[in-house]
Amino acid sequence: MAMTATADHARADPHQIGVVVEHPGPAPKRIVTAYGFWVFLLSDIVMFSCFFAAYAVLSGQTAGGPKGAEIFEQRNVAIETVCLLLSSFTCGMASIAADVRNRFWFYLGMTVTCVLGLIFLAIEFREFADLVARGYGPSRSAFLTAFFSLVGCHGLHVSAGVLWLLTMMAQVFAKGFRADVLRRMMCFALFWHALDIIWVGVFSVVYLLGGAP
Amino acid sequence: MLGKLDWSAIPFDQPIPLVAGAMVLVAILGVLTWVVVKGHLPYLWSEWITSVDHKRIGVMYILLASVMLLRGGSDAIMMRIQQAVAYQSQGYLPPEHYNQIFSAHGTIMIFFVAMPFVIGLMNLVVPLQLGVRDVAFPTLNSVGFWLTATGALLVNVSLVVGEFARTGWLAFPPLSELSYSPGVGVDYYAWSLQISGVGTLVAGINLVTTVLKLRTKGMNYLRMPMFCWTTLASNLLIVAAFPILTATLAMLLLDRYLGFHFFTNEAGGNVMMFMNLIWAWGHPEVYILVLPAFGVFSEVVSTFSGKALFGYRSMVLATMAICVISFMVWLHHFFTMGAGPDVNAIFGIASMIIAVPTGVKIYNWLFTMYGGRIRFATPMLWSVGFMVTFIIGGLTGVLVAVPPADFMLHNSMFLVAHFHNVIIGGVLFGAFAGFEYWFPKAFGFRLDERWGKAAFWFTFLGFYVTFMPLYIAGMLGMTRRMQHYDVAAWRPWMIVAAVGMAVLTIGVICQIMQLVISIRNREALRDRTGDPWDGRSLEWATSSPPPVFNFAFNPDVRGEDAYWEMKAHARQQSFEHEELEYQDIEMPRNSPTGFVCAFFAAIMGFALIWHIWWMVILGGIGAFATFVVFAWRDHDEYVIPAEEVARIDRINIEERRSLVSMAGAV
Repeated sequence: MAMTATADHARADPHQIGVVVEHPGPAPKRIVTAYGFWVFLLSDIVMFSCFFAAYAVLSGQTAGGPKGAEIFEQRNVAIETVCLLLSSFTCGMASIAADVRNRFWFYLGMTVTCVLGLIFLAIEFREFADLVARGYGPSRSAFLTAFFSLVGCHGLHVSAGVLWLLTMMAQVFAKGFRADVLRRMMCFALFWHALDIIWVGVFSVVYLLGGAP
Repeated sequence: MLGKLDWSAIPFDQPIPLVAGAMVLVAILGVLTWVVVKGHLPYLWSEWITSVDHKRIGVMYILLASVMLLRGGSDAIMMRIQQAVAYQSQGYLPPEHYNQIFSAHGTIMIFFVAMPFVIGLMNLVVPLQLGVRDVAFPTLNSVGFWLTATGALLVNVSLVVGEFARTGWLAFPPLSELSYSPGVGVDYYAWSLQISGVGTLVAGINLVTTVLKLRTKGMNYLRMPMFCWTTLASNLLIVAAFPILTATLAMLLLDRYLGFHFFTNEAGGNVMMFMNLIWAWGHPEVYILVLPAFGVFSEVVSTFSGKALFGYRSMVLATMAICVISFMVWLHHFFTMGAGPDVNAIFGIASMIIAVPTGVKIYNWLFTMYGGRIRFATPMLWSVGFMVTFIIGGLTGVLVAVPPADFMLHNSMFLVAHFHNVIIGGVLFGAFAGFEYWFPKAFGFRLDERWGKAAFWFTFLGFYVTFMPLYIAGMLGMTRRMQHYDVAAWRPWMIVAAVGMAVLTIGVICQIMQLVISIRNREALRDRTGDPWDGRSLEWATSSPPPVFNFAFNPDVRGEDAYWEMKAHARQQSFEHEELEYQDIEMPRNSPTGFVCAFFAAIMGFALIWHIWWMVILGGIGAFATFVVFAWRDHDEYVIPAEEVARIDRINIEERRSLVSMAGAV
């Protein structure tokens, strides 16, 4: 071995110029979990972007069926948006309550979040059912295909979120604010907020742009 | 009650799939019986099936890939024989069967051979190289593996129950729409890929988080081994690209199941949207596969040249450049589909630009070898074979990146030769190099070198004899996926290719023989020190096979080539380091979540394919319940006491000390 230097770490790192900041080691579990969930959310947003792209491509393809402006009801959409944005607030309240280990405010925040989510889903379901009843189901035209898929995909996410929310409440009820439960709660909150961001996209691209006459 | 499923789904009139299926069934039953009779079942269950150890999961991924390689390889043999005999005749495979074979071949080789092989290697090696005890999400890791296995299972079930897609490996509409493919073939294809795609996404998220958040002390980004960098790049691509595949297949399934109009000819559907979406996933996918292989070559070339990797930083830069540019070239897969000269020109240039970082890598490997003391062990042979082969494949790739040339060669055998050239020459050679290189680490004994070298030479030569003729046939105008043909000029090349396939098969047999012989001679081939190749990165700093906790102490990294530095340091100080205080180690407990969840996913997938709706609901509820049960458990870790850690670690230190003192004597 030609290496004769003793503990000469500067030479062991020949490319480093100046002060090297040593990596402190593996991150704690809470950070790792939240980080991984962020990565998942990004991938989920990529998936949504495909449905957005499909909507952009197909929104003009009405095949003799109705245009967006003819079927969207801005009043309902406004209520849906208010519900979802408010639920993000109450979900935030529930997160804070979990952080300070306050069961009452946690249950209250989560319950309100759940109710708001269910109202959102009910309005969306009624909108879909109404359209299908009028013969404007997803098989009517490529535009309606893209509309039902994009909005429906978001709706499915909200439904999954409600299921997760109820499981979360049950878990806090059964296990208390354990470290792993709190980590899951953090992921749930991230998920719920991300759905809000996507809804803002849906609202703008589908209902505002598509609602223009 | 059973949806579309009835006795007509079993192809009693077609002997080939039936016999093949029966053979597979007998083999599986045979293995199962052996396992049960010998009493291995509890061991398999507790040590492998429910294991959340990244090393075990990595090994299972590679086992799955190897088994599926045999299946995909059988398809390849059948196709080559068909094209060798089907000159002015129907050959021995009827068209509908031939179409299923080439579709299954492509699907299996990409999704169930190449993907699990590279993910397996990454799983096995990356936490060791980073100096940590496990991946970020051990249980999810197991879920990811078992979902991938579920996808593979469904593809194989299609052999005997129903049929597989006849649409090619990407199922282009409108052919894959219900009106043109009314059978269950496309459904088998789509649901298998949806299920295994979830598994791949989970693996991707897991490995990205592992590399970015779980590195040992001092493991700065620019001290990570090259394989960790390529793992990071590859998994970033998985996270960004696989959701596109999921969305695209979901759209196709909505078209088929619920009468939507994404890609139909009627009601304003847009077929070109499928092309754009599927290739926006498909091109990054190529780099998802080949980047980890590049990482393997970087490790192997540097180790067996006895030198640090030449141009480490340029290698990192090239890797990340490929990661980004790979998303900007997808349109070159359909230059001929009317995007117009301007768009084609942009994508043609982007496709040529992406060859530059790849070229940088090739030069770096060459300069790493230059002046090195090269040992031509089997992993190194695969690496050198790769460099030669991949350059040819890369050059033909740059050729078809030129739109006018592409118009002549699109969908010809030239294209088939090109992508086999890069995927076999790049990914498969890389997978084999990694297999030979890290096998001792995983199992504690080396592989037989003589059989390994024989496997390399047969595969290497067999590859050239098989695929060079396909280039020529493509130049002569032969298009791909032909069940029979009438052009005399193509015939000789098809016969040569079939001979090449025979040589390749000998290569595979040598590989199997190597494994058998090595297992039989394992005592003689035992790797006692954990460092059989005089390695440079941290996976060689622990014993072979590593203890479940990988490292008794998290290593403290002081520079690039972490373990090489440690060895140099230790030689000077002759291991006179102070005895450190051993600590209890907490490790994640095993969990059947992955296996049970995949069981329900398999039921659900099968039920969806055959429209058995009550079973779909049952499978969904089961999968959800599995996760709830997992979330409800109270103890997710167990403790390995310090004395046990000390006992295991001291054995390894003794072996290493004797190695260093022997080296000192020389």
